[in-house]
Amino acid sequence: MTKKVYVYRAFERFWHWMQAILIIFLAFSGFEIHGSYSFFGFEEAVHYHNIAAYLFIVLIVFAIFWHFTTGEWKQYIPTYKNLVKQMRYYLWGMFKNEPHPTKKTVLRKLNPMQKLTYFGLKVLVIPIMVSSGILYMLYRYPQSHEIKYLNIDSLEIIALVHTLAAFFLVSFVVVHLYLITTGETLTSNLKAMFTGYEELEDDDVDVKNTKENNNAN
Amino acid sequence: MKKIIGSIGVIILVLVVAVGTLTTNNIEETTLDKLKEEFSDEHIPSVDHSKFAQLQKDFDSPSAVTEECIACHNKRHEEVMQSNHWNWEREEYIEGRGIVSIGKKNAMNNFCIGTQGNEKSCAKCHIGYGMDEKGFSFTDANNIDCLVCHDNTETYAKAPNQGGDPLLTLDFNNIAQNVGKPKRTNCGVCHFFGGGGDNVKHGDLSSAMFDPSSDVDIHMAVDGMDMQCISCHETNQHVIAGKMYSLSSMNSNRVFCEDCHTETPHENEILNEHTLKVACQTCHIPVYAKERSTKMRWDWSKAGKLKNGEAYHEEDSLGNHTYLSIKGSFVWERKVTPEYQWFNGTASHYLEGDEINDTTKAVVMNELHGKYSDSESKIIPVKVHRAIQPYDPINKILIQPKLYSDKKGEGAFWKDFNWETASEQGMKEAGLPFSGEITFINTEMNWPINHQVSSAENSVQCSDCHTRENSRLAKLNDFYMPGRDYSKIIDFIGIWNILLAFVGIAIHGSFRIIASKKLKNGVKNND
Repeated sequence: MTKKVYVYRAFERFWHWMQAILIIFLAFSGFEIHGSYSFFGFEEAVHYHNIAAYLFIVLIVFAIFWHFTTGEWKQYIPTYKNLVKQMRYYLWGMFKNEPHPTKKTVLRKLNPMQKLTYFGLKVLVIPIMVSSGILYMLYRYPQSHEIKYLNIDSLEIIALVHTLAAFFLVSFVVVHLYLITTGETLTSNLKAMFTGYEELEDDDVDVKNTKENNNAN
Repeated sequence: MKKIIGSIGVIILVLVVAVGTLTTNNIEETTLDKLKEEFSDEHIPSVDHSKFAQLQKDFDSPSAVTEECIACHNKRHEEVMQSNHWNWEREEYIEGRGIVSIGKKNAMNNFCIGTQGNEKSCAKCHIGYGMDEKGFSFTDANNIDCLVCHDNTETYAKAPNQGGDPLLTLDFNNIAQNVGKPKRTNCGVCHFFGGGGDNVKHGDLSSAMFDPSSDVDIHMAVDGMDMQCISCHETNQHVIAGKMYSLSSMNSNRVFCEDCHTETPHENEILNEHTLKVACQTCHIPVYAKERSTKMRWDWSKAGKLKNGEAYHEEDSLGNHTYLSIKGSFVWERKVTPEYQWFNGTASHYLEGDEINDTTKAVVMNELHGKYSDSESKIIPVKVHRAIQPYDPINKILIQPKLYSDKKGEGAFWKDFNWETASEQGMKEAGLPFSGEITFINTEMNWPINHQVSSAENSVQCSDCHTRENSRLAKLNDFYMPGRDYSKIIDFIGIWNILLAFVGIAIHGSFRIIASKKLKNGVKNND
């Protein structure tokens, strides 16, 4: 017995898709600045990359506010419970059509591997990306302008850290795009992130979030 | 729902583009407008020299004119006699060397090498009369050549090889009555022909600058602002602002674009940030020697070949000398892309008698100081003139040959074509030792490029430097530049990380497909 449940709220979906667009755009313009290819032209690439960066920072500020006011941040606390089972599922159980070891609920949207990955993104990769990006943007040259008190003499370390983190983010996006196909059906996760509703097993469902009308779309 | 997400995406992209387009405010125009206004004002002379009785008389010599100048301007000659244009040397502090007297008198270059022993010829570009190898009275004010700078008739001309004296056929009367502020022609007769020909030395100063189009020089364009040399090289009490590092060493009395245009002249903030480390000229002079070719290489070792006992010359298709018996062979170039160097405004020089200990690389005649980590340094465009010139391998010093003489048999190379006698005589006159042995050595001389500024549209583009291939700044490797630099290790790790992700997906995905087929088959079999 499954029921359509409202899992992803409007802001959450907005945040997710904005983030997706911005990260892809930042990566595309960023790797042009890196010298990997030429599309916009260096000057325009820098220009648009910086604008997108500011939008991304604004989005992150709103997202942090949302996470704390809604308490959703708790979803991302990593746990060892079921972690090994979850790994075993991806590497083995999935092929045997075994059920997901972690039952998805509104209060537990993420499985242990997701928790770990997203936690890593939120406390490590994104902060590194943003802080190195801000230094990259506001960095001028030795002894000058906005961040002179940091006395940064070279862009090299900032740029290399920013680049490395960007490579990891791109890898994440690649794997993420693949893993969304591992839901109940190939597109059920994708649909859920668009509509907010997902077919979840009935026990354990928060009644308030249940929508009896199945024509939610 | 998909439509909503889609439209949000579109809105965001539109926003990005809109913010990008709208953030270009006009801050430049006011500064530029003010400057245009300022430099449009025509100078109106305070006196009409043709009305002065003193200047009505017939002058029989140029010194007689000078005497009349000083009679009224009775303090100005003192200023002139303090100037570099007069003294051909000055006290300069050189890092690692202390305070030295340096100038045309004792510095060497890799064109005609040096003035000593060749004064009569070189003094064609001295603001005085009567210089020869025996000496010159730097204290006689009547030797000052006021006219070469202040003649406004454009008829005044110095005679060749006469120690700075003018052609005696000139109408000194007319010239003296028509003096005024120096025009381009006054400065240009010497500075456009440094090195003995049009654009030989500077690269960015040539006869094309007498009446340039705005493509050649945006400031001096006759179809534009029509600025004069002294518009930027402002002069106060005969001290002319601006320096050439062929002879200068200190970071003082320089002229900067920023003096007029401010340090942040761009609409684009990122471009303004560049001004901290990049000189204006670097982007705004994409090429030099725009109309007239400039000399890039000079090989003295080829000099002295004769045809039927006579000196001869060869020319390229543009009329540039590619060979001269008296000087050797040359390479000329036009529309040259500059080389780039860090420069903090100080330089050191090869001075007569300096020992050369490393002969494996070219001797740098004037080393420009600077590096990325030095907060005073900026990247500047430079013409590098490379030469092969005579060298005494025993004393390890560059040879100052005697080149000019008005007759044969005095050792002058340009008459006798003999390196031994020319070197011996030249070194003797310069007061330097000579071993009798002559070889040739590679030298380089740096000429910072400051003129022939292009319009903003034609300036160097971001991607000319910020690129992995053929970056204009490929040789400046003491800093990290986005677009040009990257870490091979990090790119390796990063690219393999992404590739492995794809490989993992491919393997995992194919297992899933196989597994799902098996399961279906299993279901069928069970039926």
